[in-house]
Amino acid sequence: MKEGEAHVASLDAEHELAIEDPSGIEIAPDQRSSLARRMTLNMGPQHPSTHGVLRVVLELDGETILKARPEIGYLHTGIEKQCEGRKYQQVVPLTDRADYLSNLNNNLCYALAVEKLLGLEIPPMAQWMRVMLCELQRLSSHLVWLGTSAMDIGAMTPYFYTFRDREEILKIFEMFSGQRMMTSYIRPGGLALEPPRGWHTRVAKVIDQLIHGIEECDELLTANPIWLDRTRGVGILPLDVMVDLGITGPMLRAAGMKVDARKDSPHSSYDLFDFEVPTRTANDVYARYEVRMEEMRQSVRIVRQALDGMPSGPWRADAPHVLLPDREKMKTQMESLIYHFKIVTEGFRVPAGSVYQVVESPRGELGYYVVSDGTAHPHRVFMRTPSFGNLQSLGAMLEGILLSDSVAVMGSMDFVLGDTDR
Amino acid sequence: VLPEAIAQNPIAITVDQEFPSSIVDVATAVDGPVWFVAREHIANVCRVLKETGGFEQLSGVTGVDWWPSEPRFEVMYFLHSFRHNARLRLSVRLQENEELDSVVRVWRGANWYEREVFDLFGVRFNGHPNLERIMMPADWEGHPLRKDYPVHGHRYSYQNE
Repeated sequence: MKEGEAHVASLDAEHELAIEDPSGIEIAPDQRSSLARRMTLNMGPQHPSTHGVLRVVLELDGETILKARPEIGYLHTGIEKQCEGRKYQQVVPLTDRADYLSNLNNNLCYALAVEKLLGLEIPPMAQWMRVMLCELQRLSSHLVWLGTSAMDIGAMTPYFYTFRDREEILKIFEMFSGQRMMTSYIRPGGLALEPPRGWHTRVAKVIDQLIHGIEECDELLTANPIWLDRTRGVGILPLDVMVDLGITGPMLRAAGMKVDARKDSPHSSYDLFDFEVPTRTANDVYARYEVRMEEMRQSVRIVRQALDGMPSGPWRADAPHVLLPDREKMKTQMESLIYHFKIVTEGFRVPAGSVYQVVESPRGELGYYVVSDGTAHPHRVFMRTPSFGNLQSLGAMLEGILLSDSVAVMGSMDFVLGDTDR
Repeated sequence: VLPEAIAQNPIAITVDQEFPSSIVDVATAVDGPVWFVAREHIANVCRVLKETGGFEQLSGVTGVDWWPSEPRFEVMYFLHSFRHNARLRLSVRLQENEELDSVVRVWRGANWYEREVFDLFGVRFNGHPNLERIMMPADWEGHPLRKDYPVHGHRYSYQNE
């Protein structure tokens, strides 16, 4: 056997294995003749269009992708293991670091899960504040997606507009929590701090700028012939396959399925807000673009409603055994000092049980499964992250398309590797 | 013989007719129902739930380690039905050396979740097409989410490629 034949034979043997893999793609017999022309290419883990450290092993015939195998785990930091070693309140900063583009949604999901186990009632003002901040977070996350995915395809200008606007949102977060990105602002029992003075005018001003910025990008892209050529009819997968593979969020809505945890299982008084769940049926990269653009407008709508109707009252629950007391009370009242000491040193105990809490993160269904064994440390925290579920479909979605289109498809999936690997 | 809480549930009755005594117990958690399924029946129950119960999507699979109590592991399946806007949790308890049937043939999306449970807990899934580590490097020793695996400490590993 010559050297070339041996190489072909070994590739063939590899494919016998690969055909068994349902996440991979079967190679049709007529394509096997081109085996000798095949090239295996590593995209990543250090490739700009993978937005992090994702490695995709591509099997190419010329420029056509025959088979794509995503490899994850390069950003695995053991967050779930670290959660088990900490007290309930110490887990909140870890949830920030899972999906670093939508940390408030992660905070909210964890807080809701723990509150359900504790049976805590959250006052309306804190709930509305959570909704407003989560929608601002959705806006900032979608702006990052818009800028980077447009830049991947070659449109440079939206990147500057979106990052200009996102910076204003991050300044709001800094105003609230002292941190731009890792806010840890939503905690079990309410909010971390009292909302700062002057937040109302600041948010109102930023929101007015923001909708202008979104429309600017809309004018740049929506009817742009190059954008249309690059995105229309690319990255299509049948709807039942998408559901089977575990895809959630805007990708599913762009395929015509009206699913949104904010409507289906309302939490934090989302049912009091008036907003639409945008859907499209084209199921390509362009449809996902349209859905996310519309979602941003809906988020602006929700933030405006929250600004107009923000209830007054306490910003956290009345639960002295869970929440740290006021600094002033601590200096004057013995009980507050005792509670402070106990919460800081021992933490608070959560009744034994388990809960699976779902919220709608900018990327799809975000679920926290928290198991309590009755102590002050969670027994297990599982994060059902939307990026993990969505990324699983990458292999099926890249099959048979051009290498340059793969960048557009990956951009439209909007995954965050910190969210995937945890 | 179905547990009393779901004796009137038509989906549970269908499951029980096809696979008798596959549902061992039922509990109501704060967020909804949990069905405890016999270990050897999990793939069958999942198939019935998908085909006649309307649970189109598997949201996730994860494990819980109850070491040192026995049986040690609990594997959780999170099912989601868009049609009925319903969620259901399935729980399977198993000993350290026992294996589970893979549900990849029911939902393709189970692939990575089962790999993750194998990687982090060391639970093996029968009939999984590609049961390899997914988070940790391929030559890693041990399963990090087990309770007897330390949180702190250093171990260096460089994959030989």
